[in-house]
Amino acid sequence: MKFHSTVLDNGLTVIAETNPHVHSVGLGFFVKTGARDESPEVAGVSHFLEHMAFKGFDNLTADDVNQRFDDVGASYNASTSEEVTQYYAAILPEYLPQTFELLAGIIQPSLKVEDFNTEKQVILEEIGMYDDLPGFTVYEQAMAAHFRGHPLGQSILGSPESITALTADQMRDYHADRYRAGNIILAVAGNTSWEQIQGLVERYCAKWPGGGGDRNVYPASPEPTQHFQPLTSIQQEHVMIMIPAPEADSPDRYAADILAMIIGDDTNSRMFWDIIDPGHADSADFGYAEYDGSGAYLSYLAGEPEETPANLERLKTILTQVSDEGITDEELEQAKNKVSSRVVLASERPMGRLASLGGNWIYREEYRAVKTDLDTIQSITKDDLHALVEKWPLELTTVYGLGPLEGV
Amino acid sequence: MNTPDTIESHTLPNGLTILIQHMPAVQSAAYCLLVPAGSIYDQPGKNGTASVTCDMLTRGAGDYDSRQLAIAQDSLGLQSGESVQSKHIKFSGATLKDNLPQSLEILAEIVRRPQLKADQFSPALNSVRHSLLSIEDEPRQKVMIELKRRCEGLPWGKPTDGSLADLPNITLDDAQRHFESCFRPEETILGIAGNVDSQQVVETVSRLFGDWEQGTEPEVESAPAGPDRDHLELESTQTQIGLAYPSVSVDDPDYYTAWASVSILSGGSSSRLFTEVREKRGLCYAVYATLGSLKDSGHVLCYAGTTVDRAQETLDVMLEVIHNLSNNITEEELNRCKAGAKSALIMQQESSSGRASRIARDWFLRDRVVTLDEIHDKLDAITPQKISDYLSQHPAEHLTLLTIGPAALEIKS
Repeated sequence: MKFHSTVLDNGLTVIAETNPHVHSVGLGFFVKTGARDESPEVAGVSHFLEHMAFKGFDNLTADDVNQRFDDVGASYNASTSEEVTQYYAAILPEYLPQTFELLAGIIQPSLKVEDFNTEKQVILEEIGMYDDLPGFTVYEQAMAAHFRGHPLGQSILGSPESITALTADQMRDYHADRYRAGNIILAVAGNTSWEQIQGLVERYCAKWPGGGGDRNVYPASPEPTQHFQPLTSIQQEHVMIMIPAPEADSPDRYAADILAMIIGDDTNSRMFWDIIDPGHADSADFGYAEYDGSGAYLSYLAGEPEETPANLERLKTILTQVSDEGITDEELEQAKNKVSSRVVLASERPMGRLASLGGNWIYREEYRAVKTDLDTIQSITKDDLHALVEKWPLELTTVYGLGPLEGV
Repeated sequence: MNTPDTIESHTLPNGLTILIQHMPAVQSAAYCLLVPAGSIYDQPGKNGTASVTCDMLTRGAGDYDSRQLAIAQDSLGLQSGESVQSKHIKFSGATLKDNLPQSLEILAEIVRRPQLKADQFSPALNSVRHSLLSIEDEPRQKVMIELKRRCEGLPWGKPTDGSLADLPNITLDDAQRHFESCFRPEETILGIAGNVDSQQVVETVSRLFGDWEQGTEPEVESAPAGPDRDHLELESTQTQIGLAYPSVSVDDPDYYTAWASVSILSGGSSSRLFTEVREKRGLCYAVYATLGSLKDSGHVLCYAGTTVDRAQETLDVMLEVIHNLSNNITEEELNRCKAGAKSALIMQQESSSGRASRIARDWFLRDRVVTLDEIHDKLDAITPQKISDYLSQHPAEHLTLLTIGPAALEIKS
């Protein structure tokens, strides 16, 4: 694998990791914009715009775009988070030129009013779909509570009201402001050459408007809060717990990942043995999420309402024990093995490398080869984890419940 | 770069089949073991026995307790999982290539020497109950499980996770009996893919599984399909629509033509269902159809989720698209379906776990592994005319409709 990078005159960053030993090539445009970059009156516009990208550009209609992606057998999609909107595709190497043209084209979409109005209905249906998925709803509500007053608390989907009120003009303004070349990163991984990528970039991206995108980055300072929202039409109690953790460019993030895995990976973690294995809950996990300027541990508990108070106590006991007594050498070794194995297995496919390439660059402007990641993981010690817990105490900050319970 | 598309098969004297695909470009190795102990073998009134048994297997095997098992797997960096399917319990795992032999040692303990002790039963039952309750909170998942039950009947429509109502009837004895009667080498298939030495794999597997004694296939419960119209009341924002109609089995000479017809219906974003229901009318976020072909039967299974007041229109449009499917099938439309299938097949060659499970499943459904060349030839032979002919011989009839939500829908004539 070989790494290459360049920045065009208009500010577009291009990074590529080429590898002749794979069958496909993955490419993705990572736009540094998401729910946190929206003003209240356009809540949900980043995600809605991501949908609109597939509705046509230049002379192409939505049908044309869909057909051309299907013509080359592309496996493609897009996603929107609090901070990043990404558009990506995996194809066989011979279809790279057509696919590149399409993917670069949809980022500068036509945004026709008629398409906008039809797609608005789809967005409202998507909000309705998530409304019936308590595991998702509890995540959104816990994020809103934890990051209250901070941009990270803003909903990705927006509300039925904000989406209904949104106009195509507002979306155009948002696009002009946020989709400037300096705010976009193109990442490529797999079976291609740097020369080919440079040629395609020159042809399809060099004329994009230049300039960057501002983002108001400051750390969140969540206040402890607990709320149980009654919902009697569902069977399980869904609870999301959030705790402040290192931000995306902190050197502590690897330790935070390892610690989260020891506490709440889906197998062989403390939560697994104390909550899942004895059959006290359906789901019990603990993970680390990195954001620009902030970070959080997110823990999800789902199970029978009657068991919920006891499960929260079990979680608190685990966190207290980890804080007071630390972790064992064996736990650290197993967690390192697990993370390393996942890194290697994910790296065998271009799409797996693409996510890592784009993520590392968007948050840290850093290239990390698989080997570098593995070395970092192996270098983590018990002292690192101890220092992490001192700096970022494991105290439940936000507890948000959704289900039959009225309170705990 | 080309990977030779060769798959070796070996059958041990006790009937266990080993399939090996050598993938020199990867650093990993993966396995997929299919043991004929799935939910179709759940006895009447005890749907969930396979799930409970499966959950108990990793709670202790051989000399390992559950914690020692997990530690041993993590020390190997093994990503593993067990799941219940209709016919099989599936054990899958992926790790770095050098760790495959030791990973298979642990697998053999779990599959052949589980402890199935009394104190493991109640936590396992609880765990199954929790996952069934979580399906209750995911109506879009529930509608397809319940649709399958109604269109297939038993045994093949029996839910793989179990039924909440049956759980109280299941005992430790049932789980032990399920293990003793179902876990046997005949009909067991082990697929292995990755950067492996096939001779070494065969030796390891023969040593670990060669003395496994044969058994006899247990009885399965049969019941007719139906009802063909049903509604489950739920206070929800969206109505979940599940719709099914008969199609062909994997053995049928028309299988690939049937596949192409469903691909035109719902293969990619340019497919007809997505275009008409979502893109043109904005009726829903999620709409799809898949071909669920089994060894002896098959159904096209369709799904849409949409807000209550638009649900009837959504169903009407879905049916219109389905009934008009044979109209104006173009060469371009068909080529897009073929391109998607061919790309997916090639990209699958990058994933050892993807290949391991694919070759094992192929063997179960067809008693052989289908080569990429063969699929290419079959795809190339399909024409728009063949699809139209197929659809006129197999129109969408005998519909099964299941909805979940505040109000039922109707199929208009």
